[in-house]
Amino acid sequence: MGLIYLDHLSATPLAPQVKQAMINHINTIYGNPVSDHQVGQAASQALDQARSQVAALINADPKEIVFTSGGTESVNHAIKGVAIGLREKGRRIITSNIEHKSVLNSLRTLRLLDYQVTSLDVDQYGLVDPAAVEKAITPDTILISIMLANNEIGTMEPIADIAKITKKHKIAFHTDAVDAVGIIPVDVKELGVNLLSLAANQFYGPPGVGALYVSRGTPVWPLLDGGMQEGKRRAGTENLICIVGMGVAAEIAKAEMPERLPRLQALKERLRQGILARVPEIQINGHPTQCLPHVLSVSFKYIEGESLMLMLDEEGIEVATRSACASGSLRASHVLISTGLDFATAQGTLLFSLGTDNTEADVDRVLEVLPPIVQTLRDMSPLYKKEHTA
Amino acid sequence: MYSEIVMDHFKNPRNVGEISDADGIGEVGNPVCGDMMNVYIKVEGDRIADVKFKTFGCGAAIAVSSMITEMAKGKTLGDAMKITNKDVAEALGGLPQNKLHCSNLGADALHLAIKNYLDRKAGKVPDLEVDREAHVKGATPEGCYCPYCSKQVEEESPFCIFCGSEIPHEHDH
Repeated sequence: MGLIYLDHLSATPLAPQVKQAMINHINTIYGNPVSDHQVGQAASQALDQARSQVAALINADPKEIVFTSGGTESVNHAIKGVAIGLREKGRRIITSNIEHKSVLNSLRTLRLLDYQVTSLDVDQYGLVDPAAVEKAITPDTILISIMLANNEIGTMEPIADIAKITKKHKIAFHTDAVDAVGIIPVDVKELGVNLLSLAANQFYGPPGVGALYVSRGTPVWPLLDGGMQEGKRRAGTENLICIVGMGVAAEIAKAEMPERLPRLQALKERLRQGILARVPEIQINGHPTQCLPHVLSVSFKYIEGESLMLMLDEEGIEVATRSACASGSLRASHVLISTGLDFATAQGTLLFSLGTDNTEADVDRVLEVLPPIVQTLRDMSPLYKKEHTA
Repeated sequence: MYSEIVMDHFKNPRNVGEISDADGIGEVGNPVCGDMMNVYIKVEGDRIADVKFKTFGCGAAIAVSSMITEMAKGKTLGDAMKITNKDVAEALGGLPQNKLHCSNLGADALHLAIKNYLDRKAGKVPDLEVDREAHVKGATPEGCYCPYCSKQVEEESPFCIFCGSEIPHEHDH
């Protein structure tokens, strides 16, 4: 039996059309888009086309798209770029307690440079309260950065509501939409944000390429200094092979989204209901409805996530874990703790993220294999008492 | 990431379970740290006749538990006390750097079980529940410390991962 891959937040397989477009590009185009000769102009056209494809995915103007090396660079660019651009206006930035590390650590760097950060609490579902955002605004606030959808529990934040507030107070608003773009409809005009980060490897494009949406007039200083690429906003010769792949991936994502969405939603529901019915003493994390359609976070009491992940891997089921012991860090997830989960339970968390390649049979296989593995580990755990099963 | 020996002991752990009439019990770690291990020993003469474990933890923690019970079985109490964390890690073919603290857990749990046996024999019977309580609540806001997690909390961390206390930063509010 082949591997069942349920870790699409970590990486997605390249869509066949994306792979083909990248191969075609490698075979035919090698010029630098800044060169005014024919070889350069062929590259320039490929770049323009990809920019239009990515812009269409989020209803932006192509001029508002800056290609980057991925989600992390986009986020760094947005936050540090606004901080530098508006340094004379103020030094305070507002964010939430459950942001991605690229946000947290960009802000850590800015604190060293005497910027101040207000980090907002979330509720049990991981939701930020727009009223709390408004309350936190001070005269020296220059930027607000709140994620569109959380990368560990899938909760979708009320971005459009927050944008109304930032607009009223004339404060730049960035949203980290890396885990949402290409999966759910994202329209920058409807959202009303000034900056939005996205990455191709979330929607069957290549890793190492992303984009930052910068609405016209937003004062963002470049993160990488050098030449005049990307409208003087991001220097360095473009990673055109991957950018071409991202463009095609964006076009497919937009075209297939109406068909993909209900499928993902149904698979997730099958998985959620199945686990709830078969495994006692668990907790489903994240918001019950305001949640990404392909993300399911489950905490299993009395056991630790990494052992669970390794045992599933032995059965050919690939999932992620957000336990402290995994991913080289011994910390419990700051996201799960922020939603009020206790430390011991947070250690036993699995993160399933579904993709277009998954089937009902895949989900059923997980539902068959998972319960006995959980029981084996619980029987081994000193925290688990037999009477719990009665 | 893990050696073949670690994976073997993780997939087929030896000596899992409890000994209902154990002569000594050792408990180390706590679920907040992500690792907790109980070791049960049965002593005949001055030898460890039987040994079992129960562990909450990652793959390395389970493999360490399994290995330490294999190493201790049949040994005299004196020899078992000489098993070091390094011995366990070496017997497992090495552990990743960030998992070395798991090997500390194994030897410490075994040694505590032997100490518990000797204390019982001497008429001093420590109450496990009290010990556990003290361990979990031992951390204080200014000096968060868990003896089994070797990593320090980062300066900018919003909370201590070991005790759960919030670490207030000046710039937060």
